[in-house]
Amino acid sequence: LAPWVPVVGLEIHAQISSNSKLFSGSQVQFAAPPNSLVSFFDASLPGTLPVLNRRCVEAAVMTGLALNCSINKKSLFDRKHYFYADLPAGYQITQQRVPIAVNGSLSYSLCIDNKMSQLVTKTVRIKQIQLEQDSGKSLHDDTRSQTLVDLNRAGVGLMEVVMEPDMCCGEEAAAAVRELQLILQTLGSSQAVMAEGQLRVDANVSVHHPGEPYGVRTEVKNINSIRFLAKAVDYEIQRQIEELENGGTILNETRAFDSKLGCTVPMRDKEGKQDYRFMPEPNLPPLILYDAKSLPANMNHQQVINIDWIHERLPDLPSVRREKLVEQYGILPEHSFILLNEDGLAEFFENVVKQTQMKPKKVIGWILQDTLSYLKQHSLSVKDSPVSSCLLADLLNLLEKKEISSTAAKQVLAELWKGEGKTPLEIVKEQKLQLLQDQKELEQICQAVIDGQEKEVIMIVLG
Amino acid sequence: QKVSVEVLDHLEHLALVDFRDSEGVERLQKAIQFADQLHEVNTDGVEPMDSVLEDRCLYLREDDVTEGNCTKELLENAREKVEEYFVAPPGNIPLPKLEERETFLQGS
Repeated sequence: LAPWVPVVGLEIHAQISSNSKLFSGSQVQFAAPPNSLVSFFDASLPGTLPVLNRRCVEAAVMTGLALNCSINKKSLFDRKHYFYADLPAGYQITQQRVPIAVNGSLSYSLCIDNKMSQLVTKTVRIKQIQLEQDSGKSLHDDTRSQTLVDLNRAGVGLMEVVMEPDMCCGEEAAAAVRELQLILQTLGSSQAVMAEGQLRVDANVSVHHPGEPYGVRTEVKNINSIRFLAKAVDYEIQRQIEELENGGTILNETRAFDSKLGCTVPMRDKEGKQDYRFMPEPNLPPLILYDAKSLPANMNHQQVINIDWIHERLPDLPSVRREKLVEQYGILPEHSFILLNEDGLAEFFENVVKQTQMKPKKVIGWILQDTLSYLKQHSLSVKDSPVSSCLLADLLNLLEKKEISSTAAKQVLAELWKGEGKTPLEIVKEQKLQLLQDQKELEQICQAVIDGQEKEVIMIVLG
Repeated sequence: QKVSVEVLDHLEHLALVDFRDSEGVERLQKAIQFADQLHEVNTDGVEPMDSVLEDRCLYLREDDVTEGNCTKELLENAREKVEEYFVAPPGNIPLPKLEERETFLQGS
């Protein structure tokens, strides 16, 4: 049987972290009474016009720069038409012809085996980033055969990040999205929490034989977590391979991922190929961005966005932070990868290091093996850890000063996890785990042991 | 060139317009002919215009919350509502196929 080459591309929608919406002054907030965060423009009442939010443009520029894109100094807005109850205008304002950023790249790592012993770096090309409006939310009430519409989300700013089909499996897709999530969170351009719909991923999947043209692709939607993304992609790849090997064909369709069943199913409401009748948004002139060279002399500061100014103020991206951790603390790249992958873990590690004499190379083991495994076992995040960096540092200091053994330290840590408020020293005293330093006392104990085992001693002495 | 029935049907689906009668279709034809005059202009080497606003400055607004909180007013326009939600049919109601619609286009 000829091998199959799976091809995976991603379309990611990240909600921009801003106070107000992309084209109106209503508030952006996750949970709020229905239709309370809606302006006349968001409800598409006649006579209203879009007014672009500066912060949203800055967020898109930051993200474009972080993803090594060329920022288009002139980008345009368009209307994408389709009918749906949660799109009151009957069109979405997007950037179809000339988006704000193009031709970037994202590097991400994954481990070859599952043991984190070998990290491999891959790159995916970013086709473009465009600014666009989010739609409202539809709540389907099947019992009463109706849909309830909440427009709170309608008009919220989105950055659509299009990744070229450079990935080949669920693991790669998941790792790429995870890295993008970390970058967005570091920049602050999006909080990118998938569970709150701030980061939505659609996967485009196809398979073909090596040397042959790409196969028909399907679009997979309704993926609600990074874990499910990997599952959905891998399932769809398998489904397509099986279908083709059984002589079937793949339809160019949209499928939804069913997380309960772990499979993809055709989506109902999609009628064949949509004609969106793209047209320029007549109410918005082109978006012009400047850099240090092209900065106009006499323009109002507030009306000018300087790409170079934004570039200079970009924070350290995760990849840079990882390298710095490796350099500063002498830990392995695999270690710094895990530190950044777990929310708050890197700060935790650095706080412990600050408060203890133990070398970072030794501390890292206590963080990644003991602390992290406890957190995972109890499904806790770092910020909810019953063991603070302070407590752990105290414990490691006792170990470093040789007041307790390493085995004893693990016992104390287990006790600390109960979160009963005791300090490491208190637990050591309670459980009598102190290492004896007194020479005489040690001699007495050894002698007692020898005295109690006469037979064995004679055997040892005789050889 | 006349606009084909397939295109007219497609347009009725996409834009939910109803050409209603031959006069409606004729008006469309005339509009297309009018726009086709653009082809007589030599535009080699000329950047297309985006819109009549293309030379204007795109105003940038500060990221402040200045609107919203008018649920009552917005819902006044709704024919049906349920607890501050707008009510819509369960999904898009597809326009019936050409053969099933009572449209002038059927006769063409």
